[in-house]
Amino acid sequence: MSEMKKIKNLKEFSTSADRFEGANLLCPGCAHSIIVREVLNATNDDLVLSASTGCLEVCTAVYPYTSWDASWIHIGFENGSTAVAGAESMYKALKTKGRLKQPDRNPKFVSFAGDGASYDIGFQWISGCMERGHNIMHVVLDNEVYANTGGQRSSSTPIGGSNTTTPAGRVSYGEKKTKKDMVSIMASHGIPYSAQVAPNKWKDMVKKIQHGFSVDGPVFINAVSPCTTEWKFDPKDTMMLTDLSTDSLVFPLYEIIDGHELNITYRPKTVVPVEEYLAAQGRFKHLFKDEYKYLIKEWQERVDAQWAYLNRREEARV
Amino acid sequence: MANRGWDEFEIGAMLRSFDGVSNDIATTQQEDRNYSQSNSFVASVADWRIEKPIFAKDFCIDCQFCWIYCPDMSIIARDKKMIGVDMDHCKGCGICVEVCPTNPKSLLMFPEHADEEAELAKWPAKESKEK
Repeated sequence: MSEMKKIKNLKEFSTSADRFEGANLLCPGCAHSIIVREVLNATNDDLVLSASTGCLEVCTAVYPYTSWDASWIHIGFENGSTAVAGAESMYKALKTKGRLKQPDRNPKFVSFAGDGASYDIGFQWISGCMERGHNIMHVVLDNEVYANTGGQRSSSTPIGGSNTTTPAGRVSYGEKKTKKDMVSIMASHGIPYSAQVAPNKWKDMVKKIQHGFSVDGPVFINAVSPCTTEWKFDPKDTMMLTDLSTDSLVFPLYEIIDGHELNITYRPKTVVPVEEYLAAQGRFKHLFKDEYKYLIKEWQERVDAQWAYLNRREEARV
Repeated sequence: MANRGWDEFEIGAMLRSFDGVSNDIATTQQEDRNYSQSNSFVASVADWRIEKPIFAKDFCIDCQFCWIYCPDMSIIARDKKMIGVDMDHCKGCGICVEVCPTNPKSLLMFPEHADEEAELAKWPAKESKEK
């Protein structure tokens, strides 16, 4: 069971038996479950999962139903990662003592959390897990907002977005702060692997997840998850939005190995202007008024600067 | 599992996804699993749909784009072939139609009450590409 599942192409991948079930209550067109499926299907091993409070948790565990076909736990908003880390410590201890009933099985420990539970509320707990070096993977479903409670801003919300706590109007253009660079923060813990993924690039994503499962130590994955309700677009356009986010380099796909070795894993053939990414979403509608157009220009400059920075880091291998 | 009142919840609940022993779920397809009554697989969200996808097998090239991008595990793929849509769990988001690369598309959205055979009979023809 411990050897890696071979996934060469999509046809081969499609023989996977899903361990995440339908009739969960996520919105139609929600990217959360696409990401969860790609993560779970990347391995055939047993799974120990947790979800911090958020859309994923409230929609997949509505009593009396569960949508998970693996061990799954929910405790609080902040401690999904520590719950899994505890399970992993127990597993290690039992293994050393030789008290495991099926020692040849090789379970994987994954905690899912939204950006609210990772960037803000659970930050300290995740940082602790990364520092203690548990053999777990933390996957952030980054929809840049507290979507579950009605669209409050989180520290992942990008500048200019109109949210319920930072509404755009006569006096404000919405969120005033730029997004926190969580992947770099986590990489700074010196963890063996941290990466940014997107569900539309499934092959890149599965490769990163499998690499994450194979390394010994904590792994941090940040997955972009377009939110049809809060980003305000049509449910059928989820994949188009994900394409735009990766191709406009707003969400560059890269990995950081051992906290310093950065590789860019996806370079779009034609880079789409950030303006198109913004125009596809209702939450940025106001930026196209004359008085706020300078923000779009600033945004493009910021994305270009970050892309140049990533390229320089990749070249310098530091 | 009948409807329970608000004061009948257990504090801290454990639900089992399957009845009996389930050792190799990752290699067991859904039809061979022994789902318990507390698995959401036994529930249905079919009443969420306003539009439903209809699948035209003749045009399908089994690329599995719809399978990987379906958020509701509703595209049934067996032996590398796409064999249909699970109408109990499909929420009618329309992603499968958007990502379908064939010409004409092998999946299209229709109103929930549309008749499948009638729609299949008048499926749109291949569009010529304008250059």
